[in-house]
Amino acid sequence: MPLVDDGSRDFWRGGADGRLLIRACAACHRLFHPPGPVCPHCYSRSVTSRAVSGRATVASYTVTHRGWVPGYEPPYVVARVVLAEQPDLHLLTNVVGCDPEAVHTGMEVEVIFEQRTDVFVPLFQPVA
Amino acid sequence: MTIDRQAVERQAIVSGIGRSATGRRLNRPALDLTLDACLAAIADAGLTPRDIDGLTSWPDQAVPFGFSGPRVSDLHSLLRLDLSWILGCGDGANVTGILGIAAHAVATGLARHVLVYRTVTESTAQGTGRRPAVMSQMPAPWRTTYGVGSPAQLAALWARHHFDRYGTTREQLAWVALNDRRNAADNPDAIFRDPMTLDDYLTTRMISNPLCLLDCDVPADGAFAFVISHADHRHDTERPVFFEAVGGGRPMTSSWEFWPDLDVMAAMKAADQLWSRTTLRPTDVDLAYLYDGFSIFVLYWLEALGFCARGESGPFIEGGTRIARDGDLPLNTSGGQLSEGRYLGFGHAYEAFLQLRNQAGPRQVTDTQIALVTGGGGPLAQAFLFTNDR
Ligand SMILES: [Zn+2]
Repeated sequence: MPLVDDGSRDFWRGGADGRLLIRACAACHRLFHPPGPVCPHCYSRSVTSRAVSGRATVASYTVTHRGWVPGYEPPYVVARVVLAEQPDLHLLTNVVGCDPEAVHTGMEVEVIFEQRTDVFVPLFQPVA
Repeated sequence: MTIDRQAVERQAIVSGIGRSATGRRLNRPALDLTLDACLAAIADAGLTPRDIDGLTSWPDQAVPFGFSGPRVSDLHSLLRLDLSWILGCGDGANVTGILGIAAHAVATGLARHVLVYRTVTESTAQGTGRRPAVMSQMPAPWRTTYGVGSPAQLAALWARHHFDRYGTTREQLAWVALNDRRNAADNPDAIFRDPMTLDDYLTTRMISNPLCLLDCDVPADGAFAFVISHADHRHDTERPVFFEAVGGGRPMTSSWEFWPDLDVMAAMKAADQLWSRTTLRPTDVDLAYLYDGFSIFVLYWLEALGFCARGESGPFIEGGTRIARDGDLPLNTSGGQLSEGRYLGFGHAYEAFLQLRNQAGPRQVTDTQIALVTGGGGPLAQAFLFTNDR
């Protein structure tokens, strides 16, 4: 279960409204992740959250064949995806909704949310 | 690039080395192993504990599953060391960095003889069951929420990048493990010594593709200790090994999961600093000990250090001729962490010192003067050049 705190609440709960909320700087308007209290680009402390399209590209991936985390039964795909809005904005996530062996670098994916009690975990699936 | 011939670490030597019993499931307390290694290193340096005035170790904090040894404060008190310098290094990413920190402590006169040690009891802690990865025991919601409980999965993302971008293959990557195993055959202290073929490698079960079980290092028990002394003591030392240069770096983030660019590791920054502090070049290196916690790290280190061009580490090691003990660049001659055991870089350093002291027995490489030792992968990186020729 993700740890929800003041910084990460928007990321983990935005899915309740179907929105992927990413930290954004109010001064330079760039996105950054993980959420923090200071912009890593211009160091402004004025930070907010912004809904992004949820479109992304798989930058790298691995099919995990060993169970390390309870609730995750292998095989499953751990991936690094780059959000469409900003080329240096990447998330560690899972690609779901397809055969794990079908996932590949460059694959176009889109966000979906998986509700786990009161959080909505952003995951990605191939674009239909 | 300005070359600083006065790199301060050149005033430091490795005056003594010590190793406890090492291997699998020794069922011995970490403190017991630590004392064996430390007292051996001090005696090897021709010193007694009364001479030791500096002390450091890593990670110096309670980490579960046998990852950490005794705290420096505990060892200090037990041995009643009269210290002028002590550092329990709690930074989670230090790995082998304390070797350089100790060198700088003696070089700058804060201590004369620093005892450095590293102890693990991961194999005993694992028992007969599966050992949960250390990483899975740390609060890491950005990882565990996505089923990431081991650095193997994150290392696999770098491996996949290297495969996709440069055309690297499993048949090439295999040579990190195959070369380690070939060397381990001549190391009675190595955990895995049975011959391994390319076919064995290719048919071993996947852990997190493209990394299979044989791409991941082996949990082990053991302690290693070194005495780092000021170079003024070189004539009191039977077989001094000299620090030539150190390098380190951690650009952008300490996080594995949010590392900004899979095309690089912190290794690139550490290598740049290393070469900026010496006139030696990659072609001068006689022996390379490149951190193999996961096999893919070795490929990035080879490229970072300039042993081959970017993206060409796969062809560089393929076939294993170049990196064999009689090749151009003998690599991980003790069997490395994939076959000798996971000693977090200290096994590599110990072997480098043995070789430079001409004490490596059946696996001794002839005519060796310069050894390069690295620690870490991903966001973690330290690099060292050692020489017996000064
Ligand atoms: Zn900003």
